[in-house]
Amino acid sequence: MKYAFYPGCSLDSSAREYRESTEIVAGDLGIEMEEIPEWICCGSTPAHMASKLLSVTLPAYNLVRARAMGVDGVVAPCASCYSRLKTANYRIAQSDDLKDKVERALGEPYEGDVPVYHVLEVLAMALDEGRLEGKLQTNLAGLKVAGYYGCLLVRPPEITGFDDAEDPQFLDRVTRAIGAEPVEWRHKVECCGAALAFTQTDVVLKLSGEILEDAQYSGAHVISVACPLCHSNLDLRQRDIEKYTGINLEIPVLYVTELLGLALGHSAGELGLKKHSINPIPALKRAGVKV
Amino acid sequence: MSDYDEAGSQKTGDPDFLDGIESMSGTSVRTCYQCGKCSAGCPVAYAMDLLPSQVMRLCQLGLKEEVLSSSTFWVCASCETCATRCPREIEIVSVMDALRQWATREGFVDRPREVPIFVSTFIKNLGWFGRLYEAALVGVYNLRSGHLAKDMDKAPEMLLKGKISIWPPKVRGRGEVRNIIKRVREIEKE
Repeated sequence: MKYAFYPGCSLDSSAREYRESTEIVAGDLGIEMEEIPEWICCGSTPAHMASKLLSVTLPAYNLVRARAMGVDGVVAPCASCYSRLKTANYRIAQSDDLKDKVERALGEPYEGDVPVYHVLEVLAMALDEGRLEGKLQTNLAGLKVAGYYGCLLVRPPEITGFDDAEDPQFLDRVTRAIGAEPVEWRHKVECCGAALAFTQTDVVLKLSGEILEDAQYSGAHVISVACPLCHSNLDLRQRDIEKYTGINLEIPVLYVTELLGLALGHSAGELGLKKHSINPIPALKRAGVKV
Repeated sequence: MSDYDEAGSQKTGDPDFLDGIESMSGTSVRTCYQCGKCSAGCPVAYAMDLLPSQVMRLCQLGLKEEVLSSSTFWVCASCETCATRCPREIEIVSVMDALRQWATREGFVDRPREVPIFVSTFIKNLGWFGRLYEAALVGVYNLRSGHLAKDMDKAPEMLLKGKISIWPPKVRGRGEVRNIIKRVREIEKE
């Protein structure tokens, strides 16, 4: 399998460490990815709020560029990009009228047929193929991980098609595969407040606060995520959340690719762990991980 | 909120409103039977003036002013919990999108005003740069919304860690995005 890589805007800015760790891990596991040249923004939440046609055309532009690369599919690490790309295919299949308008707005045909994968799906396939065997360098036994799925990876299930919208397991499978221990907790698919971070920050402080509090209660050392916006709400805003709720949290939030990278023997520096607001090193050490 | 006016007679709705919302959203609103599951699971219902299920009912009744002057669809985080659980398989987030677009068209954008300002700033940003240029997004949004200091305390840390760039992204396709936005507007006017 060869993939076209759609990093999305956040991976070049606030989620730089997600890009670095994704590329490192993909390299180690022999996942072949090539970045889509001259990709554009998927439109994210604001595009679907403003116009259905725009929200389908922007992802379609990128999918057409990917098709020209002759790949087996597109891989996106951001849950929102993934959702928008996959929704575009779904909407095009749903309505000939919309497909016609999208093609006119694009100026070229698109059948909605380029498969879209989240980086987690590609990682899970690599695990199933046994590509992790013999590659684990760092012992993560004792590290308790709260796998946070959030919204757009698992919802709506007709579009994303992950294992279970209310109690998904795929992130926990990755946690187990690298020798760490997934915790049971209630907030794995609760919303962090997403893009309301800019416009109604108090909502994000409340919702993300509840997620962090439950992760703390579950006994997790760290939270693992697969979305730049979730990461930014839970990590970058954690100090504000502490002030807002009056609760001392100090829970590191790691991208799933960073945890995988640690297990594969990469250093905290290589994986961008020092770019986080909440320093993960003390919690990792407390769990007995050599970093 | 009541289906009746102060004199006790039933409010008359706009029958075209329901058809319009269903056509824009591409989903059925009239099949909602008011089970309330959407409202029960909505993580931001506490911050809304109307519950999602109440919005659905008002749409069915064609009570356009009541719906469009609500804060509900601006507060909605598009988390898809409601649509995932709806036993009638109504795409509730698409209904919220249609309401946002209708409200914008008719000038119901003042309560709260931040979300419509953010949405239009974001889309302008894409037209200018092709990809999101976060420094400009935050700067322009803060100016337009009047929340000048919003997230400015995060800037030093983010700059220091290379998590935000002061320079815009370089995309040759930026003209393409402008063209797409222009063509989308033309097609939508037809």
